[in-house]
Amino acid sequence: MTATSAWAGPIPRPSAVSQPYWDGAKQHRLVIQRSQKTGAYVFYPRAVSPFGADDTLEWVEVSGRGHVHACAIARTPTAAHLGVDGPYVIAIVQLEEGPHMTANIIDCDPETIHPGTPVEAAYIPITEEITLVQFRPAAVG
Amino acid sequence: MTLRGSAAIVGFAETASFPYSEGATTLGMLASIGMDAIRDAGYEPAEIDGLVTEGFNEAPFMAASTVAEYMGLRPAFAEVVDHGGATAGAMVIRAAAAIAAGLCETVVCVTAARKERQRLDRRQPSAAAPSYKDRTPQGEFDVPFGASGAVFAYAMILNAYRAKYEATPEQLAHIAVAERANAQANPDALFYGQPLTIDEVMASPLVVEPIRRLDMTTTCAGAGAVVVTSAAKAKSAAHPPVTILGAGENHTHRSISWAPPDLENTGVRAAAERAFAMAALRPQDMDLRCIYDCFTSTVLISLEDAGFTPKGTAGRFFAEHDISPGGDFPMNTHGGQLSFGQAGIAGGMSLVTEAARQLMGRAAGRQVNGCEFAFVNGNGGVMSAQSALVLGRLS
Repeated sequence: MTATSAWAGPIPRPSAVSQPYWDGAKQHRLVIQRSQKTGAYVFYPRAVSPFGADDTLEWVEVSGRGHVHACAIARTPTAAHLGVDGPYVIAIVQLEEGPHMTANIIDCDPETIHPGTPVEAAYIPITEEITLVQFRPAAVG
Repeated sequence: MTLRGSAAIVGFAETASFPYSEGATTLGMLASIGMDAIRDAGYEPAEIDGLVTEGFNEAPFMAASTVAEYMGLRPAFAEVVDHGGATAGAMVIRAAAAIAAGLCETVVCVTAARKERQRLDRRQPSAAAPSYKDRTPQGEFDVPFGASGAVFAYAMILNAYRAKYEATPEQLAHIAVAERANAQANPDALFYGQPLTIDEVMASPLVVEPIRRLDMTTTCAGAGAVVVTSAAKAKSAAHPPVTILGAGENHTHRSISWAPPDLENTGVRAAAERAFAMAALRPQDMDLRCIYDCFTSTVLISLEDAGFTPKGTAGRFFAEHDISPGGDFPMNTHGGQLSFGQAGIAGGMSLVTEAARQLMGRAAGRQVNGCEFAFVNGNGGVMSAQSALVLGRLS
């Protein structure tokens, strides 16, 4: 899977809750929510804080850096119409700020991706409105 | 208040697993299997005042009312349970809870899946109109990355396990082979008459590495149901009552990305501990284990987390123990879902009905001698939702 693949896969449909995340992605910025009470970050976007009834979530831009928490190599497509032949990596990425995100690790040899592999966000426009946040191995140095 | 001893399974019914169900309706299958279970218990439909069903796509709303009406029931308690593979156990738990709370006395729990040769409901994602499914976190933040279906998530869990512990492809294949051997004593199993070798499992294609095709279940059509009644009414049952001694659940996440971070330590542990604590029994007291087996690796990890063998030892454990009915460690004696077949939610129900069958002494050619206590677990989603039951034939 490379950054230049034409996208034939499912297209996310933003909600009023998630729109700021998608607005950020379109500008190649990773914008997620943070707890005002605890300072902890949370992903995916939510209408209510999971950290307490007296909490408020605020939108903040984060680094886009992280590491692979867990991963698997799909040898056959895991979903119809994904538009890739495989093999490709499905990963849980742990951001430096803590939260987990689901993504593919792109621009890599799947065999070289393991838990702990440093990664950075890669912004892949798939429609006028939607830019997917994928990850690629972090540049060395 | 405890559920311990408050209710018992007194009847069950199950169809054979069959590859396709041309023209059958899920509703018709649910109602038929429910009536079969009521008949098995020796009851009249008028004695049934509780109904628990799975949700099913023919009736996306009011599923319990739909099934009750079709069966001619007017229950005092009706419920839809939606915990994926944990549903069957969770149905028994809810039935027992409703009985213990005095809401009803006798509950039929029904599961069924049709399987058409040609899928009726396949969505064309790129062309489809917006769907309410798009509004779930999974639809918005998992599915676009191919993180749909379960295989990739179980592969991640197995990779996390193998980073710490031994689970060789051969050890995993052995689980599929041993369950297939059990299925050779069950004419209702999808793979009856088709023994399996480790070489065949190893030669099957990698789907999501390291999970191979034959590490996975095969979907099919089928149905299963149980009847649960109060301990008082169970005393006069047609079959030896199977008492609910312990029950536990645990619901930790929906999507694997937001599961507790140590993927190899699953929610099975807390559910099983809750069930054993309620029963005041230990894993080593069980005569039969019915371990939820959507993948071979699920069996391995669940057996450890349920307390039957220490963490990291199950791969070797299976090589050293015999899970056949006459073996030293009877488990999934109907073949498990891996070889009985997985008819949707009814696949998980097959683990409950097998435990009831064995505890009632009705397992004929595959009877576990002296079977007094059984453990049954169910696992929904991607180790997301757990149910655990400790069942006993009390003398």
